[in-house]
Amino acid sequence: MTSLVEVTGVEKRFGTTRALRGVDLSIAAGQCLGLVGRNGAGKSTLVSILSGLSEPDAGTVRFGGEPAPRVGDIGRWREWIATVFQHSMIVPHLSVAENVFLGAMRSAGGPPVVNWRAMRRSTRDIMGEWGLDIAPETPCRELSVEQLQLVEIARALARGARCVLLDEPTAALERQASQRLFERVRQLTAAGVAVLYISHHLEEVFEICQDVAVLRDGELVLAAPTASLTKDDLVAAMVGGVTAAVPAGAQEPAAAAPAGGGPVAREPAAGDLPRGDVVLSVDGLSSGSARGRLAGVSLRVHAGEVVGVTGLLSAGVATIGRVIAGAEAAAGGEVRLRGRRVPSGQRAAAQRAGIGYIPEDRRAEGFVAHLGVAENTTMTITRELSGRLGLLAPRRRAAAAAPFTDRLSLVSSGPGQPVAELSGGNQQKVTVARTLAHHPSLIVAITPTRGVDVASKELLLSSLAGVAAASGAGVLLCTDELSDLEICDRVVVLVRGEIFTEFSSPPFDRDALILATEGLITGQEEE
Amino acid sequence: MISNQAPQGGAPAVEVSDGAVSRVGGSIGSRLRGMNVSVLREVALLPVLVLLIVVGTVVSPAFLTVSNFAGIGQQSSALGVVVVGESLILLIGGMDLSLESTFGLAPMVAAWLIVPVAAYGSGTDLSPYIGILVLLAVGAAVGLLNGLLIVKGRLNGFIVTLGMTIVLAGLQNGIVKAQSLFNLPYAFGYLGSASYGQLPVSLIVAAVIFVLTGLFLRYHRAGRAIYAVGGNPAAARAAGIKVERVKIGVYVAGSMLAAIGGLMEAGRVSAVTGQQGYGEGIIFSVFAAAVIGGVSLKGGRGNMVGAASGVILLGIVGDILDLANVSNYWIEAIDGAVILFALFLARVVGGESTAEER
Repeated sequence: MTSLVEVTGVEKRFGTTRALRGVDLSIAAGQCLGLVGRNGAGKSTLVSILSGLSEPDAGTVRFGGEPAPRVGDIGRWREWIATVFQHSMIVPHLSVAENVFLGAMRSAGGPPVVNWRAMRRSTRDIMGEWGLDIAPETPCRELSVEQLQLVEIARALARGARCVLLDEPTAALERQASQRLFERVRQLTAAGVAVLYISHHLEEVFEICQDVAVLRDGELVLAAPTASLTKDDLVAAMVGGVTAAVPAGAQEPAAAAPAGGGPVAREPAAGDLPRGDVVLSVDGLSSGSARGRLAGVSLRVHAGEVVGVTGLLSAGVATIGRVIAGAEAAAGGEVRLRGRRVPSGQRAAAQRAGIGYIPEDRRAEGFVAHLGVAENTTMTITRELSGRLGLLAPRRRAAAAAPFTDRLSLVSSGPGQPVAELSGGNQQKVTVARTLAHHPSLIVAITPTRGVDVASKELLLSSLAGVAAASGAGVLLCTDELSDLEICDRVVVLVRGEIFTEFSSPPFDRDALILATEGLITGQEEE
Repeated sequence: MISNQAPQGGAPAVEVSDGAVSRVGGSIGSRLRGMNVSVLREVALLPVLVLLIVVGTVVSPAFLTVSNFAGIGQQSSALGVVVVGESLILLIGGMDLSLESTFGLAPMVAAWLIVPVAAYGSGTDLSPYIGILVLLAVGAAVGLLNGLLIVKGRLNGFIVTLGMTIVLAGLQNGIVKAQSLFNLPYAFGYLGSASYGQLPVSLIVAAVIFVLTGLFLRYHRAGRAIYAVGGNPAAARAAGIKVERVKIGVYVAGSMLAAIGGLMEAGRVSAVTGQQGYGEGIIFSVFAAAVIGGVSLKGGRGNMVGAASGVILLGIVGDILDLANVSNYWIEAIDGAVILFALFLARVVGGESTAEER
């Protein structure tokens, strides 16, 4: 196999951090190479170098044997490799055709005007060739996340890119949409396009990648055909043999979950224990939210109980979390915390009532990027930390934040380090710490582990379960990641904004859960 | 990513490798680094100020004298107080063009209620002390109206305050039929005209306002909430901060500061003219001082040390142009050009960190 993209000895440092240390990587035409690694392993840096956005300090990038174009010459770079980023690079108010040809609307050699007809025709041709069914005239704001991704892939293909780099493409997709994406990827590789596939989901890597490369602390520690590996091999390579990469003692002592290692599962006895008082009671909650409607949902969460809410993305899973947390107003119904009615759509009031909120999109709502770790962590408790005059000493803030950041083994260079400089997983820990800091009696967490690596994931989940067990707080875990539900005592499945069924005794059967989210079986176990 | 040439060594957006930074060892180093960053950013304008002082000394022997600096202080303090107000509004990610009109209207309304009918007053002959309360109330009312329209009415801040600018300037001329009000009572003009020896009272008050606002922003929870709201309103809301209340409060405070600045100006020139504020077009200087001083137009970044150095810089530039006997016909062009150059310089030297750019 001749390599289409070849990376040799690439180094990159940021200040004292060596983000990449002599990475060698090659991708051949028609190959699908998986790239995995924990948060902070250097994946994003490598993506940025491969996309021509940043220059390596040492080492070379070659395309088809030729040296790569100058960094920043995005136009020439795109002829070889095109990146579909984690965060959409689509201009929502422009049409599909305009987005596909964004930055290249003028046809080469033609007059210096936009040839709308040619642009639409080429878009239609590309869509037709790859069996995508999106009209070129459609404004992109009307498309679903899945369709937007296809537009981005079409854009890559329209430039004739011979290698497509997919960065966490399934993060925002539902299961079936992911399956359809995999079909596209197979179609691409069959046509001789090279694909670099970056994902936190190892099962996806096994499903569609022939080969896999593992980055750890900026080094390429493993590159092998996926067929020769097991999932455990991959995890071991990612965390470096120390499966419990979590420093011992950092764990909440009362955590019911095992310290790192295997899957997080609560002790079987937990289900039989007498339940505490009702913390949260929700009655007839309805909403017309764009994130998914709710059509009269009622549920209860007891003290110390972890209740999962799952379903398809459009089923209202995120909406119910947001409405209960006060981030969004309800159209009807009521939310009571310890019997007291919580006003709808007022986040500050909900927090004062004792509802903690770990939002869905940490970049948008989870932290203030240029403020420090300690300040972000204590943002929920400034009233408690400040004196009578409202004065707030930075040292006091750092001291108050430390127990929470330590418990989550948050890695930063100090309490003053801006959260923008942290890796994705550590940023999420800031968001969780901020929530734990105000000692909520109910924590609403929406997809708290999205984009977080395996080890941090377990730490985050076990700390949520730990808080529930130790403080008697209730946890409402709204997620479409089925593996997160392992910490739950009960799981409520939403279908089209209504409670479809409930799973009340762990461990939950993954297949039954999947079928239930699709509205196929109720999965109600025989009592 | 834009390359950051600032000598502050601010780390770019890096995925800090888990485990690559030791938590204990790193904290001391980072504290030193963190200090360097903030100190360097705060004194970023120092070389420029030193250069200007050298230039001024060369241009005129009268430059480096106590009385000249007292003069600069007195002339700049009114502007400075408005800059504090605008900086607060910029920090929450807003903008207020109408501060310049509030700067004129608030003292006009107060003076109109104070002076006798013969001097174009309203005939109420208010005591000057009550007049000053009225002045503050006018500032607060304008700020509240702006805040409600922008925050509750979800209107664009640029267009709301632009419209408000015109309305207020029209009121300023309308209530006195475009006359200027002279013979202001001593108490009303005290703030802008009195001095202790060579030290103008307005300079002392402006300095106190800068220091108190700076401390408030740094150490008060409402001050920190301003940074959080400006940095990421959605995250601030999710953390239980009452974003709307903070924003409206800042618009009110900003307009009240503009009214106080207007009071200083009225005292300094011993009159309230129809030109004060909007007619003089002070808003460009206000924005320029704030931005030269490193207050970000995108919100969430900036501090009072920077804003104060921006004001001082503009004051010195104006003074040098006066002393150099630059022809009146050209003074605006040169003034504007110098401000643009200073903006560029401040961007290069102080360089907003690109850490959060996406």
